[in-house]
Amino acid sequence: MQISGAQMVIEALIAEGVDTVFGYPGGAIMNVYDEIYKQDGFKHILNRHEQASIHAAEGYAKASGKVGVAMITSGPGFTNAVTGLADAYMDSVPLVVISGQVPMSLIGTDAFQEIDAVGISRSCTKHNYLVTDAKDLPRVLKEAFYIASTGRPGPVHVDIPKDVTAQIAEFNYDIEIELETYKPHVKGNPRQIKKAMEAISKAKRPLFYLGGGIINANAAYEVRDFVHKTGIPAVETFMARGVLSHDDDLLIGMLGMHGSYASNMAMSETDLVIGLGARFDDRVTGKLSEFAKNAGVIHVDIDPASISKLVNADYPIVGDVKNVVNEMLSQVDKVNPKHYEAWRETVRNFNELHPLTYHEDSDRLKPQWVIERVGELLGDNANISTDVGQHQMWSGQFYPFSRPRQFISSGGLGTMGFGFPAALGVKAATPEKTSINFTGDGSILMNCQELMTAVEKKLPVINIILNNNFLGMVRQWQTLFYDKRHSETDLSVQPDFVKLSEAFGGLGYRVHTKEEFDAALKDAVEKNVVAFIEVIIHRMENVMPMVPAGGSLFNMMLLEKKETK
Amino acid sequence: MTENSERRVVSVIVVNEASVLSRITDLFSGRGYNITSLTVAPIPDSKYSRLTIVTSGSVRVIEQITKQLHKLIPVLRVYEHADMVEKEMAMIKFPISENISDINTLCEAYNGKIVNIGENIIIAMVTDEPKRVDNFLSAIKRYNPKEIVRSGAVALER
Repeated sequence: MQISGAQMVIEALIAEGVDTVFGYPGGAIMNVYDEIYKQDGFKHILNRHEQASIHAAEGYAKASGKVGVAMITSGPGFTNAVTGLADAYMDSVPLVVISGQVPMSLIGTDAFQEIDAVGISRSCTKHNYLVTDAKDLPRVLKEAFYIASTGRPGPVHVDIPKDVTAQIAEFNYDIEIELETYKPHVKGNPRQIKKAMEAISKAKRPLFYLGGGIINANAAYEVRDFVHKTGIPAVETFMARGVLSHDDDLLIGMLGMHGSYASNMAMSETDLVIGLGARFDDRVTGKLSEFAKNAGVIHVDIDPASISKLVNADYPIVGDVKNVVNEMLSQVDKVNPKHYEAWRETVRNFNELHPLTYHEDSDRLKPQWVIERVGELLGDNANISTDVGQHQMWSGQFYPFSRPRQFISSGGLGTMGFGFPAALGVKAATPEKTSINFTGDGSILMNCQELMTAVEKKLPVINIILNNNFLGMVRQWQTLFYDKRHSETDLSVQPDFVKLSEAFGGLGYRVHTKEEFDAALKDAVEKNVVAFIEVIIHRMENVMPMVPAGGSLFNMMLLEKKETK
Repeated sequence: MTENSERRVVSVIVVNEASVLSRITDLFSGRGYNITSLTVAPIPDSKYSRLTIVTSGSVRVIEQITKQLHKLIPVLRVYEHADMVEKEMAMIKFPISENISDINTLCEAYNGKIVNIGENIIIAMVTDEPKRVDNFLSAIKRYNPKEIVRSGAVALER
């Protein structure tokens, strides 16, 4: 059929099964928005800032496993979205982001709201397109969805000049994708898998090192099966929280800069790292030369460039982690779980020596308590998103995650302002779950305009603001490494968060005590309206344990010993 | 990187489409890899272009370069050359006052010749291995070259 470029965008999105699009209109994308007005194939959620649209699409994608879609205009609309693109790129989030561009005839003339969008997005997307003819649109959009969701997922940006959205051309979406140059390697090399399984069966102290790639590959339940059948203990990266359930006996905990003592010690003592969908990020490894120093390394990853990038892999396996783990499961009888009993005992002792905990305080609430408490009250019924900083690490440490896609956070880029808009996307994708965003008094102000989106679209996200009147994580580093020179991190001058939320039509609570907190959370859940729960917490609380940047994983600063809770 | 850095020649076959060259050069600059020289031209009767990139880095870096190049969507193939024939061209402009026959003899030793003689200048060219082109360029210094252009290397695996 002969339709306009703008109509093609709508038809393609519907054909891809998209049910929600996040975005913000503007001059160059108006033709597409005109078609959005006329259609009812999908819902459009109007954010109040383009950055929020991308984060919302990320939250939607992470919670649902589907491709997130966002739409923005040219120039400032696009540049506002760049942080979101970079965030999605770092965390391998499948997105298709469509931006308007000035008409072809004006490209290169410094036209109003013109910027070289594909030039900017090239280094922070998996792929991008500038569409110069409407006849290319069906192929480009189909490729965009395919590239975003296959292999190592990532954001794909499609920039469409305004005249191309007006141009009439033939639309046929029933086409085969022919990408001779892009063929993700899904199946692992059988010989390498066999060798890896032999190495596992011979190892004395093997350790699963589980990464976020497992969640991307929808392989968490296969991995659980594999862990249980082998009886090998496991550590999770921050991005992998929820792969194993919090109450799994074989889960040691989270490793890395703020990982538990037991996890980091296990990684330092292991003789065989079984890395699944993890990328040996510097926040995980600490000092590379000391990382798992005496261990062989099995590394399963869909991205060949992740293998042996930082840590040399003795058993490199390029493939989809679900596919590879299933293959490994078929050979699991080679492995005798009893073989690792002494090792499991060692790990248990690590955990008893320095368990992950905190000290209660009589005056002020402790942030860790708040997170644990939400876990007790809502547990599996909540999806958790976070912003970036101390509250983020505490969430990773203390929330009892029980399933994949329950925890949505900005890991790689560490984007303050991610949490609230992402939670809107999470809520749109999983309305049956309570959507909690743990945030800080610094982060929440970076996208608090989304209160308006939440109120308008009835997306009742509960933002729990752990307020220490500090830019807490930076303050922690200043305290520890800059001789307490708290440069520009004191956030004592603050808005009234209760009134701020109420001004937009949301709920606001300020709580100082456990009882007040319970009451506020209960009320917010019942009223089912977007809420700010401001929790006044201890100002100087630090995230512990901590591996100082560049230090070895086994050299942790630990919580001072007092009588624990 | 404290590991030993070595010179490497990498050939990349890419789909001949808009901005593909920027994807490659952005990757090098974004990840801090070196480009010593880069040549690119379409492959006849195909939709592909071939780039020859001379780079340097440790074994690990070179491995990352080839892997990261592979990840780019329009990249069809990446060759990290080991056993190759490698050639580079250079053109040199001399004042007409210099000794033409000396220059011509030198050029011949490096697989070249004088290609243009004008009113005021002579242009000579040589085509040889990059190392030998280096040698040639130091040998002709005494003839007061006014302008030198090198093409960058191209290579074919043997």
